[in-house]
Amino acid sequence: MTDFSVIGKSVAMIDAAGKTTGAGKYTDDFTLPGMLVGKILHSPYPHARIKCIDTSRAKALQGVVAVVTGEDAPNPYGILPVGHDETALAVGKVRYVGDHVACVAAVTEEIAEEALELIDVEYEPLPAYFDPVESMKAETDLIHENRPHNLEKDYHHVFGDPEKGFAEADYVAEARYIANEVTHAAMEPHCTLANFELDPHTGKMGRLTVWSSTQVPYYLQHKLSLVLEMPMSQIRVIKPLVGGGFGGKSEIIPLEIIAAVTARAARAPVKITYTREEVFWAHRGRPRTIIDLKTGVKNDGRVTAVACEVIQDGGAYCSYGVVTILYSGALLGALYDIPHIRYDGYRVLTNKPACGAMRGHGTVNVRFAFESQMDEIAATLKLDPAEVRRVNLLKPPTVTVNGLRVLSYGLPECIDQVITRSGWAERKDKMPKGRGLGVACSHYVSGAANSIIRSDMPHSTVNIKIDRDGGVVVYTGASEIGQGSDTMTAQVVAEVLGCDLARVRVIAADTDLTPIDLGSYSSRVTFMSGNAALRAAQDVKKNIVSAAAKRMNCAPEDVIMHSDRVYKRGAVAGDNDSEAAEILQDKEAARGHVDGQILRGSVLQTRKEEGPKEHMSFEEAVVSAIDFHGALTGTGSYAPPTEARGGKHKGGGVGPSPAYSYSAQVADVSVDEETGEVTVHKIWAAHDCGRALNPVAVEGQVIGSVWMGLGQALEEEMIWKDGLLMNPGLLEYRSPSSTESPEIECIIVESVDPEGPFGAKEAGEGSLAATIPAISNAIYHAVGVRLRESPFTPERILSALRAKKGMKRIEMTESVDPTAPVKFREHGGSLWFRGKGPTRHALDPSRQGSQAGSVAGGER
Amino acid sequence: MPEETSKAVSRRRFIMGVIAGGAAVSAAGYLFRASTHHGNAPLIGAGERLITLNVNGRQRRVDVARQETLAWTLRYNLGLTGAKLGCDRGECGACTVLIDDVPHYSCSVLTHTVRSRKVTTIEGLAAADGTLHPVQQAMVDQHGSQCGFCTPGFMMTIKWLLANNPDPSEDEIRDALSSNLCRCTGYSQMYQAIRAAIDAEQKGTKQELVEAK
Repeated sequence: MTDFSVIGKSVAMIDAAGKTTGAGKYTDDFTLPGMLVGKILHSPYPHARIKCIDTSRAKALQGVVAVVTGEDAPNPYGILPVGHDETALAVGKVRYVGDHVACVAAVTEEIAEEALELIDVEYEPLPAYFDPVESMKAETDLIHENRPHNLEKDYHHVFGDPEKGFAEADYVAEARYIANEVTHAAMEPHCTLANFELDPHTGKMGRLTVWSSTQVPYYLQHKLSLVLEMPMSQIRVIKPLVGGGFGGKSEIIPLEIIAAVTARAARAPVKITYTREEVFWAHRGRPRTIIDLKTGVKNDGRVTAVACEVIQDGGAYCSYGVVTILYSGALLGALYDIPHIRYDGYRVLTNKPACGAMRGHGTVNVRFAFESQMDEIAATLKLDPAEVRRVNLLKPPTVTVNGLRVLSYGLPECIDQVITRSGWAERKDKMPKGRGLGVACSHYVSGAANSIIRSDMPHSTVNIKIDRDGGVVVYTGASEIGQGSDTMTAQVVAEVLGCDLARVRVIAADTDLTPIDLGSYSSRVTFMSGNAALRAAQDVKKNIVSAAAKRMNCAPEDVIMHSDRVYKRGAVAGDNDSEAAEILQDKEAARGHVDGQILRGSVLQTRKEEGPKEHMSFEEAVVSAIDFHGALTGTGSYAPPTEARGGKHKGGGVGPSPAYSYSAQVADVSVDEETGEVTVHKIWAAHDCGRALNPVAVEGQVIGSVWMGLGQALEEEMIWKDGLLMNPGLLEYRSPSSTESPEIECIIVESVDPEGPFGAKEAGEGSLAATIPAISNAIYHAVGVRLRESPFTPERILSALRAKKGMKRIEMTESVDPTAPVKFREHGGSLWFRGKGPTRHALDPSRQGSQAGSVAGGER
Repeated sequence: MPEETSKAVSRRRFIMGVIAGGAAVSAAGYLFRASTHHGNAPLIGAGERLITLNVNGRQRRVDVARQETLAWTLRYNLGLTGAKLGCDRGECGACTVLIDDVPHYSCSVLTHTVRSRKVTTIEGLAAADGTLHPVQQAMVDQHGSQCGFCTPGFMMTIKWLLANNPDPSEDEIRDALSSNLCRCTGYSQMYQAIRAAIDAEQKGTKQELVEAK
């Protein structure tokens, strides 16, 4: 089946006009009658016991309707069943600066803010932990009492025989790499609107409806049910347009629960929108990661063994942490053929906002280390870096040493493509001074084969209903967050039904209407939801085909649905289906179009008079099917096959996926040796997405991933000082602007996966991880310094250049972070720092006595 | 590299412009307060709450608090939610609107300061019959927006750019767009959209010329 009519064509997003005209609605665009504004009071301490909270003055303020604290919703929750360590509002203790303490619902934002000032909280500060290595030494004042040494989770995996592997190696490389913390910084701040309906029988608080900027409406429904002690069927979660997620909205953010709790207390609709600063504190981004990596190789670059120790600075709550630390180890496999792997992972709690899932979840920082080390090995052994990668390719179909099944594998072609397009062979050795090329590869899962909450439930289900006038309505729980999930679903359905894309309407992510889907994370939507849509469309197609077969007096196998036509095989001698359908379209037009409208009589009645038909319009076939079968509906679901669900070892559930995407990249950079500034001229990125269902959307995803990787490589970094974020603004965080964004050439490689919908795999995350090492490798090629800590800021590059020349090293992260201001600045617009910043630190026990170990980023 | 330097400077200059704009706005707020405090003759309309705004070519009467920002008024009082609040502190540009045809961050403009001026929002960009502006159409066709949250702001900046410079170079486009942030696209497909809109426009103009002849 290669003659596609909708698949593989670049089509505009079905919601694009709504976005360019401003008509599309995001959560904060909604208002309800009598709606109140919620504002949240946050903790000024990184770690403190709450001795008491007095809300009486706030409650007495005119215009304040409700004030809620942790006691109003004490049930713990968390995205992972093993990590139910959060409460909506702090109960007994705060664990990071910005932890949620109380919420006020008032008639205006000003009154709510004023009321926050009137809440009196008495804290007893506790020693705080900011560095993961220091934190692991903790004996007392633990962040969570049930986590000794502040260790959220540690894993120690051995696959094959690493000792034997290292013994066989001709050369062993070993180094420490550090990737600093980054965050999603999606353009839309988190927002939730919660409303209770009154029960029509009793007049008490009844069903809850929540509109929220979430990637996971069904998990939100589940956690709301846990905290509010309501059945899930009494909670409706609606996801309007979402202004970007990147993983930051892939779990339950406190405000989503707080809005519901506050609405219940206020008996009125409550909307809470985070300020940009609060978004930074909500975080759940990519943790600061310390990677000790050791790779053994033969003289030809063939890897014999890898040993990797990873420490992640996870922040104050578990969040997705257990999964993150497992991904870091599991996805050492499935890119190259590595016979022996040792992995030790430590997820550590610290008194900072929780880290969670971010684009390329768990794999990005380890990939930076691994691909950098490959480059170092190539340099030492005087091999071409691209060749080192080629000799280590997998030979699929295969199962890796750590139990990952790989079927489709487009990495060899990705490498060939970027090497050719970038002119690697001709240009590599002739680069002018200060300019270099670097290559790196990466991969990512197309959805996790095992869901977070273990069950035998399908991961995605899609329902379809076709109306009498040929309108196709698709109900999917998949969450469109800008990645094109709705358009993908519509394309798949239109392709199977052979109808116009314009007929298909998608109703998505409304827990009352749409069947359950786990959500938009781990790049699972195209593969899983796409497969469910494919099956649902095939299900409904069966009925159309059988009815059409009766009308055309032929076998169902001979019914072809194509280009909005239904016809009998051989009705017209066309070379292919689309040509045949085109000819029929003309014939139809010549003798007048037949509409299958409701008002027209049943087709059955006219059938006898007309005699058997050769072909008909889509509407006519639909009306026939409804006449024969009744309402025309179909359903389909997808669960990953058992063969793809991975090994049985502890933690083996994370990493397996039905399919992996592959990416290879070449970066062309120049480095100014005077200023340490890096300019990226161009990045060639080849991505194996199985089959590009919508090439323009695939390009958008790949370019977006590479660009986000570029941000992490060059500029983006969350800078901490004693648990206080020093750059909680979009300009200070330095997400790249248009002037800093280079040309990115995307090359789509199609390996056609045997299990993906039409052969498709993921496209939205896999490319990110290769960008960071590609740039660092290019910097090495340009000026001969190896950057083992990201981002590669001018300070770090200058420092490395000076060290190389034997000059005194500029100490930057050793004692004090150079980018951190000497004095605390006023946090403009902040609610909880207003005039309180410096005084907090006088009280903070971690500030008293030695500073050692208390400065984030101090560990070396 | 000289061209890189000029880019960096231009971004900085842009930000300085924003800060200066913010200062002017704060000063206006100060004047309002001062005039009422000292019992001097108030600035015209300083104490008024019900004011008339010219938004998208229509006169709108609206109840405005003294320190209300234009973004707030548009979004929550006039129901024009196209301008988005991504930061509410003049960083991201998602709230960009045109005031007298010049782009401004509406989160950093007080509504009282735009009473005699012409405000154009994303809702006023398409033709009255709903036909998309050429740039809007190009953004749809070229996949110029993903999550779409920043798109209305970008659309206003692009409209201003093309109105003042119908055939900008790539560097000029990059410069102009640096007032707005996008987190999804890497800007790349947005440039393609702008280029497509320019090409379509030029083709259209040529066509008109041919037809006129």
